[in-house]
Amino acid sequence: MTTLASPTSYLELLKLASPEAVVVITALLVLAIGLTSRRATAGAGVSPSKPTTRVTDMVVARHWSSLVAAIGIVVAIAVVMLLPRDAVLFGGMFVITPLTSLFKVICLALGFFTVCLVRSEKSIRNPGEYLAIILLATVGLMLLVGSEELLMIFIGLELLGLSLYVMAAFDKADLRSAEAGLKYFLFGSTSSAFTLFGISLIYGMSGSTTLAAVSAKLASAPVQPLLATGVVMTLIGFAFKIAAAPFHLWAPDAYQGAPVISAAFIASGSKVASFVVLGRIVLIGFGPVHGNAGWHAMAAGWSPVLAVLAALSILIGNLVALAQTNLRRLLAYSAVAHAGYSLVGLVAGTRQGFSATLFYTAVYAITVVGAFGIVAVVRSGTSGDDLRNFSGLARRDPLLAGCMAVFMLSLAGIPPLAGFFGKFYLFSAALKAGGNYGLLWLVALALFGSFVSLYYYLIVLKAIFVDDPSLATSSTIDRRSSYLLQRITVAVLSAAVLLFGIMPDTLAARILAAMP
Amino acid sequence: MLMIAWTIYVTFAGAVVLLFLPSIATRWIALTTTIAGLALDIIAFVRTPVADLAHFATIISVPWVPSLGMNYHLAVDGVTLTMVLVTGISAVSTVLFSWDVDYRQREFFFWLLLVVGGCYGVFLSADLFLLFAFYELVIVPKYFLIAIFGSTNKEYGAMKLTLYSFFGGMFVFAGILVAYVTTGSLDLNQLSQFQFSPELQSWAFPVLFIGFAVLAGIWPLHTWAPTGHVAAPTAGSMLLAGIVMKLGAYAGLRVAMNLFPEGFHMWSKWIAVLAVIGIVYGAAVALRQHDLKFVIGYSSVSHMGFVLLGLATANALGVSGAVLQMFSHGVIAALLFAVAGRMIYRRTHTRELDALSGMNLSRAMPFAAFTFVIAAAASMGIPGFSGFAAEITILIGAWKTYPIAVWITGAGMVLVAAFTLRALVKSFFGAVRAQTVSVPTDADWTEQSITLAEKCGACLLIFATLAVGLYPKILLDRIMPAVEAMRFLK
Repeated sequence: MTTLASPTSYLELLKLASPEAVVVITALLVLAIGLTSRRATAGAGVSPSKPTTRVTDMVVARHWSSLVAAIGIVVAIAVVMLLPRDAVLFGGMFVITPLTSLFKVICLALGFFTVCLVRSEKSIRNPGEYLAIILLATVGLMLLVGSEELLMIFIGLELLGLSLYVMAAFDKADLRSAEAGLKYFLFGSTSSAFTLFGISLIYGMSGSTTLAAVSAKLASAPVQPLLATGVVMTLIGFAFKIAAAPFHLWAPDAYQGAPVISAAFIASGSKVASFVVLGRIVLIGFGPVHGNAGWHAMAAGWSPVLAVLAALSILIGNLVALAQTNLRRLLAYSAVAHAGYSLVGLVAGTRQGFSATLFYTAVYAITVVGAFGIVAVVRSGTSGDDLRNFSGLARRDPLLAGCMAVFMLSLAGIPPLAGFFGKFYLFSAALKAGGNYGLLWLVALALFGSFVSLYYYLIVLKAIFVDDPSLATSSTIDRRSSYLLQRITVAVLSAAVLLFGIMPDTLAARILAAMP
Repeated sequence: MLMIAWTIYVTFAGAVVLLFLPSIATRWIALTTTIAGLALDIIAFVRTPVADLAHFATIISVPWVPSLGMNYHLAVDGVTLTMVLVTGISAVSTVLFSWDVDYRQREFFFWLLLVVGGCYGVFLSADLFLLFAFYELVIVPKYFLIAIFGSTNKEYGAMKLTLYSFFGGMFVFAGILVAYVTTGSLDLNQLSQFQFSPELQSWAFPVLFIGFAVLAGIWPLHTWAPTGHVAAPTAGSMLLAGIVMKLGAYAGLRVAMNLFPEGFHMWSKWIAVLAVIGIVYGAAVALRQHDLKFVIGYSSVSHMGFVLLGLATANALGVSGAVLQMFSHGVIAALLFAVAGRMIYRRTHTRELDALSGMNLSRAMPFAAFTFVIAAAASMGIPGFSGFAAEITILIGAWKTYPIAVWITGAGMVLVAAFTLRALVKSFFGAVRAQTVSVPTDADWTEQSITLAEKCGACLLIFATLAVGLYPKILLDRIMPAVEAMRFLK
């Protein structure tokens, strides 16, 4: 255990923060590549005699920057694995535990897959800048995951948030992308304000911003109303981040309007990191005011608040998703529902509940990156992402159709895919924790929600497998070979979903073992 | 004993392999796979001593998810072996009757083998989570089988069937969670030793049992069955009626009744009431149908009512009869759907009884007529066929517990005979009216004589129903001890 009281040993800090440093350096490198190649293209643009150079330069820049970004992330993963198992710096500002290491690796892996998918997005004209922002957002994820101090968490949230706002609005030429970016920015900054206000109240009442100290303070004295306000404010801020109802209204527009890859990253990485942090804040920081969400023993605390958020998310997300005809919007509402399921594990408030939540979100993130990857390929082939653009995909492109079936069925919770085990794990943990089946109401609601959800996931699969290909405007479908990297990525992700379903212990046991 | 576990692996392996081979090989792989499964079943059936089948004996158990107490645990007893055998028989005959499928053939046999493999898995599982995983695994392939390859109103029928199954699955999920959270174990043998508190049993049993019974077609949650059967392709109907409906009844017996015996005793008379309503209602509705597949679909509801009545008797005879009826109906329903869907509909492109009655089909397709007569006789419960052996066992069992039910069911059996004879006469032996002599709607339908594959499939099913009908002891000797070992009888 490395403990650093005073900030004298910066070398030690640099060593422990080296994964983040690697990613930041990679981001700068990628940015440099992007800038230099853009200058070249600008020069080429001046002379009308060489119009092709510009295109090839663009492609080369795209390849190079993707490659550098991918290598940087792989190096960062390797560095995370080499670091010591446990370390605490500056009283919890920067923490390394098995759990943080595991989730840094998962966040980096999500970043890696996102980078692999970037090339399918034709609308992105400055790949260097775009990749650099993805990498910076990944650093934000890592900071979020690796901190137990409220201010540092807030900085991580802001770094992540600002990167994501830019990513959402990146397609300058598209009105919807601008709308998505603006909406996401307005909602996100409001939620940041809530979080910051909550944190300041908590600091004012407890005199500290480290989670351990907040917890000690909460345990020692009865809860004052002001402190309760602070707790609720913080939770609301996070509810915005994870798109839990009724704070989910930004999600459908952001998911639909943003460039597909940005939406994939918003739906996956941002969610995983938010759940890791939210879980640590409520379980470590607010542990003493857990309360009880059981139907026969309701007691005030954060768990009834989260239970209400979970119930609303499951209901609203699933019911509204039924009416969607655009796949990205459908995924957005299903994301609201899945945030609800994941919250069920936190409501339980046990070690097992938290690890079930983390397993579920990690698997969800993998699934949703894959699903958006397919959306991106289909979108660039048929210039749309409505359900009818997917008609007959099974015959146009059996591989993508099969992978989409894996993702959709995993989201619906069909064995032998990871979503099925994840749901069983979550719901059994919640039922176990409630005491005398206290959380049965929430579990029953969640089961009902997943019953409803099967309908709209099947509608997606019906379009893909049953409907006639002629319904999609298939004249403009690109050659398959041009998406080789995306196809490999998607296939790897669906294999992972299958693997975590058949052998869930490969991930679940790791998460459980890493739990404090 | 271990080899029976290979039925699962062989079937899933076949499903995966055929995806990667050229489509010429597809149907042969499917046939080889299902025959291998049936061969394994028969070898296990012959070689296992009857005495070993009296308890749910573990054949393999390896830790799967140790942190949650999940094991990959398979076990076998007489009930399981009977169900596995009918799965094998239905699977082989289903593939034989699907020999003419050309449209998206690879996908078709892939989904078909997934259903078969899932069914093997459910019957052999001795771990609650494993059983539930296989149980849910069967649902989605059925959707694709029906929605892609089906006929009348296929997308509606497929969605209805899937949502009903998943609706039942939701209750099953809740019931399993309650059992798991209360005991901390998922092992069926351990769970069946655990004493659950009576008030827990009083609500957990109906939740679990109703969840399973949806798939068994319990009245009033049966409506998915006729629409699903009609919408499904021949293979889909055969699998659905032949084995998938049995999953519900089997799991109700193996899980719900075994885990919560006191809850079962509290609710058994209500199950009997629903079962009897199902028998009579199914038969009465079948009498009024014009579509041959609807007639058979409702007859399935009626026959599955017998299974539920047998289970509700709570004595060894009635429950053994129920298991025998599951075998018997699996074979007979497959045969009926094969005749209606493959032999008749494929050639005449109609299933309307009124249209068929003018076609003089018994002359055009004597083999089909012969098969249908046998199937109808077995379905009516004529002595000598498996239907009789099973239903008489159930009724004797029911006589001890619910004498009134036997009277009502007796009346219901008259209705069964009535609608079966009506369908038989109208479809094959209708009077040839002068104005409709020229009816053959499809130019080439008389040329298409019954193929060898169809004959093999039909003979296999006819052999099974006759063998069990003439010598039911071969199954009952294995079923009875296993049922007697179950705890809800004590």
